[in-house]
Amino acid sequence: MAGRLEGKVALVTGGTTGIGAASVRRLAAEGAKVFFTGSKEEAARALCEETGARFAAHRVQDAAGWPGLIDQVLGAFGRLDIAFANAGTESGDASIEDVGIDGWNNVVAVNQTGVMLTVQHAIRAMKANPFGSGGSIIVNSSMNATRPLGNYVTYSVTKAAVCALAKSAAVHCGQKGYNIRVNAILPGVVETELIMGILAAQADPDAARAMYNAMSPMGRMAKLEEIAGLVAYLASDEAAFVSGAELAIDGATTAGMMGV
Amino acid sequence: MELSAQRLKGRVAFVSGGLRGIGLACVERFLAEGAEVVLSDLDAPDSALATETMARLGQAASYVSANVAKEEDWERAVALVKERHGKCHVLVNNAGVDLTGAVESLSMEGWRRIMSINVDGVFLGVKHFTPLMAESGKDVRGGSSIINVSSIMGLVGMNEVSAYNATKGAVRLFTKGIAIEFAQKQTPIRANSLHPGFVETPLLKAGFQRWVDQGFAEKPDDLVAGVVASTPIGRLAQPSELASAAFFLASEDSSYMTGAELVIDGGWTAQ
Repeated sequence: MAGRLEGKVALVTGGTTGIGAASVRRLAAEGAKVFFTGSKEEAARALCEETGARFAAHRVQDAAGWPGLIDQVLGAFGRLDIAFANAGTESGDASIEDVGIDGWNNVVAVNQTGVMLTVQHAIRAMKANPFGSGGSIIVNSSMNATRPLGNYVTYSVTKAAVCALAKSAAVHCGQKGYNIRVNAILPGVVETELIMGILAAQADPDAARAMYNAMSPMGRMAKLEEIAGLVAYLASDEAAFVSGAELAIDGATTAGMMGV
Repeated sequence: MELSAQRLKGRVAFVSGGLRGIGLACVERFLAEGAEVVLSDLDAPDSALATETMARLGQAASYVSANVAKEEDWERAVALVKERHGKCHVLVNNAGVDLTGAVESLSMEGWRRIMSINVDGVFLGVKHFTPLMAESGKDVRGGSSIINVSSIMGLVGMNEVSAYNATKGAVRLFTKGIAIEFAQKQTPIRANSLHPGFVETPLLKAGFQRWVDQGFAEKPDDLVAGVVASTPIGRLAQPSELASAAFFLASEDSSYMTGAELVIDGGWTAQ
């Protein structure tokens, strides 16, 4: 057994698919007990069976549901060491010129308010951990925090906002002596089910895929497991002095210009 | 999902400035993960520090006395790695020095010295190891990995640290440049920069002592207390905490990370 998260308890929001599900798998493989949330119950059941993780149906923007969710995590596992604020959406988003107020509010609710609630409730639980306060919180931002998309204004804005949120929370927890770290990860384009679905729906899926691959100097998208590897590092005591950091994981997409 | 206990088995790493501080911690960590390591430093091979350290590190480690600012020393180091291992997957450009003082008081000689070690040293290491690492990286998921040790002083400026700021800023952008270059050419080498905050190393102690000698503080502990108070996590970092980050960047886990900055500063630059 080679687990580097033995004895730790993790919460992953939006854990039924994509980066969330890959992280549930990786954290569990490292020996953590994992609780995850989301709304796709069928996918959740299969993932629980595969990994031994537990699931609760919950939407991150549901403020009233958070205390009950944390009670479920603590009831199941007795503590919380790792929180991955992963749930996100771009549903209803558009350009600054076209975005409707409902679309804007929906994306802000999930990507920004939902992350705030996740970090807030994780800190409250981690502060009260048996044998002392401590934990690691990871916020899933995006490379679009630093390279905003013209056709997804709300997504870009909320992903930038949660970087500031992670830093503010990191400084707060540090100054309070909580031994709780907070960091943001900024993935490039990842081979999520969402992206694969978008590609498959194009008139020429192969051409669309080639275009997405070419966005990164590496010439390919990230695999789900590659993002989960970074999550596992930040979740572990290996990263004990890493807090308030932004970690790009984008195959050099935001490192500069690709040139000619 | 099966994960192995040692995650750098079969890998060869080269670490400059490997006898002390962050470099030594990287060497120890890579060995613990199953890698073979060649380390360099300025000390003579028969010096007390080199002989004692190498005896303790064991058979998987070997030492080469080399000055990172000298191109012929890098040629010798690469030749030794080739001869001994035939490959190299990980390069940690760690060797560095500091220089402080009011900008008008810095000598051209002092400026050239720090540029030659901190900047020329990283350039030469990358230049001379790239062909071997490009070849070795073909057999590894994520390719070979270059880890350049910059600093939080490569991200933000500081009073009377301008020369050091310049060198570490150079390392930060040099790293991004080669990362894009390798990625675009499909050369299987990733390159990332590490940005340590205040780490309990011989370099930090020497630097603080110099500030005490210059009258900035009564004793080094007062400077340590000041740094700790300004760091949200409220302590100095240990070299092993930089080594764990270097290990992550060396491993397959970071296979999509290139051109990135890994800041390990206890929240110092987040505020």
